Amino acid sequence: MKYIDEFRDGSLAQKIAAGIGREADHGRPYHFMEFCGGHTHAISRYGLADLLPDNVRMIHGPGCPVCVLPIGRVDQAIRLALEQDVTVYTYGDCLRVPASGGLSLLKARARGADIRMVYSCADALALAQQRPDRQVVFFAIGFETTTPPTAVVIRQAAALRLTNFSVLCCHVLTPPAIAGILDSPEVRDGQTVPLDGFIGPAHVSTIIGSRPYEPLAEKYRKPVVIAGFEPLDVLQAIRMLVRQVNEGRAEVENEFSRAVDRDGNRKAQALVAEVFALRDHFEWRGLNVLADSALRIRSRFAEFDAENRFPVDYVAVPDHPACECGDILRGVKQPQACRIFGTVCTPENPVGSCMVSSEGACAAHYTYGRHKDV
Amino acid sequence: MPRITPTGVTRMSEARKTYVRPLDLKHGCVDMAHGAGGRAMAQLISDLFARHLGNAYLAQGDDGAVLPASGAGRLVMATDAHVVSPLFFPGGDIGCLAVHGTINDVAVMGARPLYLAAAFILEEGLPLADLDRIVRSMATAARTAGVPVVTGDTKVVERGKADGVFITTTGVGVLADGVSWSGSNARPGDAILLSGTLGDHGMAIMAERESLGFASPIVSDTAALHGLVASMQACGATIRVVRDPTRGGLATTLNEIARQSAVGMLLEEKTLPVKPAVNAACELLGLDPLYVANEGKLVAICAENDAERLLTAMRAHPLAADAAIIGRVFEDPHHFVQMTTAFGGRRMVDWLSGEQLPRIC
Ligand code: SF4
Repeated sequence: MKYIDEFRDGSLAQKIAAGIGREADHGRPYHFMEFCGGHTHAISRYGLADLLPDNVRMIHGPGCPVCVLPIGRVDQAIRLALEQDVTVYTYGDCLRVPASGGLSLLKARARGADIRMVYSCADALALAQQRPDRQVVFFAIGFETTTPPTAVVIRQAAALRLTNFSVLCCHVLTPPAIAGILDSPEVRDGQTVPLDGFIGPAHVSTIIGSRPYEPLAEKYRKPVVIAGFEPLDVLQAIRMLVRQVNEGRAEVENEFSRAVDRDGNRKAQALVAEVFALRDHFEWRGLNVLADSALRIRSRFAEFDAENRFPVDYVAVPDHPACECGDILRGVKQPQACRIFGTVCTPENPVGSCMVSSEGACAAHYTYGRHKDV
Repeated sequence: MPRITPTGVTRMSEARKTYVRPLDLKHGCVDMAHGAGGRAMAQLISDLFARHLGNAYLAQGDDGAVLPASGAGRLVMATDAHVVSPLFFPGGDIGCLAVHGTINDVAVMGARPLYLAAAFILEEGLPLADLDRIVRSMATAARTAGVPVVTGDTKVVERGKADGVFITTTGVGVLADGVSWSGSNARPGDAILLSGTLGDHGMAIMAERESLGFASPIVSDTAALHGLVASMQACGATIRVVRDPTRGGLATTLNEIARQSAVGMLLEEKTLPVKPAVNAACELLGLDPLYVANEGKLVAICAENDAERLLTAMRAHPLAADAAIIGRVFEDPHHFVQMTTAFGGRRMVDWLSGEQLPRIC
């Protein structure tokens, strides 16, 4: 596929990196947060940090859907499968997120729970149709990118009058999470987590557009550059952020204009609005409870809401005492700073959620960057 | 010998030694990661199978065991269970795969494969037409390779207790005098060679399972490698290790060798051959070709000065026309496998953790 290779040009990357080196003011540090796990992964997998000058530092953000999922949400899915005897379908990365009692969805499956991985929620719906005698729940997680497909299947289930399909909705929203970080005491004190700007999400922004970041850039005086997930996109975005900082600007810029515009995908937004409403509160791992930061299924579609159909109330559960995932998700700590990083907590036995998906900061550092601790 | 490290400097390490949580034999259950070829499987093998069954031959820890034979020479014996789903895929089926897989395990020990045994677990309800097609494909593969199936066994289990058919094959071969290839032989300075493109088999299966519907399907590379191995031996290069990077892909195989030999490795991403269609399918499914299974490729580690000679010999063979030198062995107390990315950065190429792919071999 030619298309991919265009964005993997090593010599072009070196040129952009050299440009960053020239333009960055050597007299000051630059700290940028890549919000998305997709960017974290690209930076680690392609070794991009090695190309940046010493005074330009990247901080990993919370934009990894499984990382921000609190234990209590995974517990709900496990309880559905183990106690309510339903079949739970979910995306692969969810399976290994640590839950209460030493369980995860994967471990619950080994104990007999009917939990399966799907690549899309449409598959879950199709499987529900094939097994009309069985209650099927789709455990829906993710930011704005994965929300429209979930809305579609809920609408389809309603049209088909399916009585054995429902959704455990844990969809979350990006802009409130960015605000949550900027409001955290460590960022507000201006020292613990120095933040000079954000690389904004790629796929999420194709849906919501670049407009929702504008109030954030303005209110907190932080530049945001929306970037694609290809390594060259990331480097180019860093260069644009350096320029904004140098020129004292705090604007929303769009590096990913081949896919993102200011308004986003209106059709998808309308679909989401039809099926989902804002939850008053939602607990995030690391960011605590944030108002208006997640979605619930509208009462019109209540019969497809697993929280409505089954007695599985959300119960908040504190993280493992040694786990620093919260601090890592807010950029306060680096993975190596966690006492159990790489010893007790490894990708085989994740103790915290940041060690689960390759987009998580701890897993990315463990898998791609551990040689730097040598 | 001067110390060779990827960074060119030696200093005391601060990287923490990985603490491996012991297997929980009381409450733990087998999960899919235990079969994925990564670190969890390595632990299951060392802490459960080898712990109970351990002996000097098992302890060799390679794809096949080298055994003394009465009279002259030594034997190599290897066994491999095959549970691939779907049973038929572009480029092959479970039958030829079961023949190739075990021949390759014998061949990468440097031995000439002689005989195969096959055990079948059949699920009640399997169409006989399918079984016939599978066994015919086995026969063709065995005949082409010149390695006959000389004994076998068949069991049938109730519907739902298996997935169509599982096939376990065992192979025996003879080892010429003086050949001792093992995953523990790699030395700092050695060159790492790969016989061809990465990930063809695993992506052929995945594309089939996910109905990705590429215009021209990705074809499995399943093939018997003993002919290629023989021509590598004939070129006279000092070969230290040969492996076939199946489940867990090249990354997992290299990590195993690095651990067995107590060395580090540095790969050059630019030199890794990957077919465009495989690359595209990996992108689509979020997979890394380094971790995707191959069934007709081998990786060889040889003395630095012999690398070009070995490369020429490999490229002359039809199964290794795309062979490349992909990296070097270094001294590294952590036994890390690292890679210089196409962008000039550096990253680790770690063990596969968890399960990257469903049943592929
Ligand atoms: S190393 Fe594990 S426990 Fe520690 S912060 Fe990372 S994910 Fe959480």
